Amino acid sequence: MSELTLQDERNAASVRLERALVALGIVALIAAPFFVYPIFIMKMLCFALFACAFNLLLGYTGLLSFGHATFFGGAAYFCAYAVKAWGWPPEAGILLGMGGAAVLGLVMGFFAIRRQGIYFAMITLALAQMFYFFCVQAPFTEGEDGIQGVPRGTLFGILDLNVAMNMYYVVLAIFLIGVFAIWRIVNSPFGMILRSIRENENRAISLGYSVGRYKLAAFVMSAALAGLAGATKAIVFQFATLTDVTWQMSGEVILMNLLGGIGTMAGPAVGAGLVVGLENTLATSGFPVTIATGLIFMICVLIFRRGIVGELYARWLAPAEGGEGGKG
Amino acid sequence: MTMIFGIPIQALLGQLLVGLINGSFYAMLSLGLAVIFGLLRIINFAHGALYMLGAFIGYLLLVHLGIGYLPALILVPLAVGVFGMAVERAALSRLYRLDPLYGLLFTFGMALVIEGVFRFYYGVSGNPYAVPSLLAGGTNLGFMFLPNYRGWVVVASLVVCIGTWLLIEKTRLGSYLRAATENPELVQAFGVNVPLLLTLTYGLGAALAGLAGILAAPVYQVSPLMGSDLIIVVFAVVVIGGMGSILGAIVTGYMLGLAEGLTKVFYPEASNLVVFVIMAIVLLLRPAGLFGRDA
Repeated sequence: MSELTLQDERNAASVRLERALVALGIVALIAAPFFVYPIFIMKMLCFALFACAFNLLLGYTGLLSFGHATFFGGAAYFCAYAVKAWGWPPEAGILLGMGGAAVLGLVMGFFAIRRQGIYFAMITLALAQMFYFFCVQAPFTEGEDGIQGVPRGTLFGILDLNVAMNMYYVVLAIFLIGVFAIWRIVNSPFGMILRSIRENENRAISLGYSVGRYKLAAFVMSAALAGLAGATKAIVFQFATLTDVTWQMSGEVILMNLLGGIGTMAGPAVGAGLVVGLENTLATSGFPVTIATGLIFMICVLIFRRGIVGELYARWLAPAEGGEGGKG
Repeated sequence: MTMIFGIPIQALLGQLLVGLINGSFYAMLSLGLAVIFGLLRIINFAHGALYMLGAFIGYLLLVHLGIGYLPALILVPLAVGVFGMAVERAALSRLYRLDPLYGLLFTFGMALVIEGVFRFYYGVSGNPYAVPSLLAGGTNLGFMFLPNYRGWVVVASLVVCIGTWLLIEKTRLGSYLRAATENPELVQAFGVNVPLLLTLTYGLGAALAGLAGILAAPVYQVSPLMGSDLIIVVFAVVVIGGMGSILGAIVTGYMLGLAEGLTKVFYPEASNLVVFVIMAIVLLLRPAGLFGRDA
C-alpha cells in the first residue's frame, strides 16, 4: 500500500510539473515574436505541428510512414492554388489543404496497411514518390517554379494577415489547436486502442478490434493534421514548391521525431525546433545540411533512441517506469 | 517498315532494350537488398548510395589514377564491399536486437551522408564515363542495332544474378547462410561463426551494389544523385516481388524494367509511374508480393 501511495505522489508531482512546463511553453510562444524574428518561429511552429502529426502515427500507433511529405506538401499545393487561382480566403484554403491531405491519406493508407513493418515504410515511400512525379508533371503545380506569390489575405474577412503579428498569432493558434487535437486523440479510448495495436497487434485482433480500420483512421488523422501544417506554411511563406513533397522532407520529419523523442507529446516539437534551427544556422555556414542531418540520424539510432524529451522523461519525470521511452 | 500496334518495331525493340538495361540494374540491386534482408533483417536504404559510390570510385580511379574499366570491375566491388563490412562491424551489428525499423533509419542517415559528401565535392551535375574501347561500337542484329556495351551489361548482370543465386542455393557457404536465416542461435551452436557470416553477407550485398554502379557508369552519367533516384523504384520492385526468394527478386527486377520500357513506347508520360502502379495492383491482389511467403 505504502509503495502505491509513493507512486501516486510521484505521478501527481510529475503531472504538476508537466502542466507547469506546458503553461511556461505557451507563455514563451506568446512572447517570442517580440524577441525573435517572427517568420522564423512561424516556420518552427509549422514544422512542429507536422512532426507532432507524424508522431500520432509512429509514436502512438507504431507505424513508420516514409511518405508524409505527400500530405505536408500536397496540402501546401492545394491551399496555395485555391487562394491564388480561385481567390479563396485563407481559412478556406487551409481547410481545403487539410481535406485534400486527408483524402490522399485515405488512399495511401488503404494500400499501405496491407503490409506491416518495413514493408509499410517502403510502400508509403514508393507512393509518395509517385505523388512527387505527379506534382512534377501536373500543370497546376507550375513545375520547378512552384506556386509563387500566394496572397495571405484576410482571415474571416477581418484580420489582415499581411501584418506580421496577426499572422504569427494565427499560426500559434493553429499550432495549439492541432497539438491539443493530437493530445485528445492520444488520450481517448480510441488512442488507447492505437497504443494496444502498437504494443501487440495480434492481441488487439484477438480482443475483437478491427485493427485495419483503426490503423487507417490513425493514418488519415495524421495525414490531415500534417496537411494543416503544410497549408499553413503555404500561407505564411506565400509559396508552395516541390521541396515539400520530396522524400527528403519525409525523412526530415522522421528525424525531428527521432531527435525529440518518439512517442512523447513534446518531443517532436522540440526536435522540429532543433532541426529548423540547425538548418537555419548551416544555411549561412556553407556546411551541407544533408551531411549534418544524416550524421544526426546515425547518432540518434545508435546511442540516443529515446530522443531528448524521452531521455529527460525517463530520467526525471517517471523514474518508476522502466523500459524504453521510444517505440516498443 | 514493320509495325506492331501502330508502333515501328525498331522503336519497340529499342525501348525494350532500354527496359532490359534498367531491369538489369533493378535485378542486381533488389538481389542485394534481398540477400542482406534475408540474413540481417535490415532494409538497406544505403543501397542506392553504395551503387553511386561504386560508380564514383570507378570514375575517380579513371580520372586520377588512370585505372581503366576492366581492373575497376574487380577493384570497385572490393572497395565497396570492404566499406560495407566496416560499416556492418562498426554500427549495424549493434542494431540486430532492435526493431528492424532502426536499421532502415540508420542506413537512411548513412545514405544522406554519403550522398551529401559527394554532392559537396562534385555538385549535382553528371560526369561522363567513356565506354571502354573493348566494348565500344555496336553490332547489327539484322532487326536492330545493338550497342555492344549495352549487350555486355545485360549479359554481365545475368551472370552476376545467376552466380549469386548458385552461391546461395548450391554451395556450402550458401547453406550456412540459409540455415542462419532460419535459426541463427542453432547455427551458432553448431560452431558456425554467425557474426562473421553477417559481416560477409552485408559485404556481399554492398559489393553487388558497387558492381552495379561501375556497370552503370558508362550507361548513365556518374552523379551523386544517381542512387537515390533509383533506390525508391527498387524498393517498389522489392515490395512487388516480396523478399522471400532470391530468384523472385531477380525475375521481378527484369520484368519491371521491361514493363517500364513498354510503357515508354505506348504512354511515355506514365513511364516513371508504372512501377508504382503495378505495386499498388499487386498489393490489392496479392499483398505478400508475387514471390512472397509471409504476409
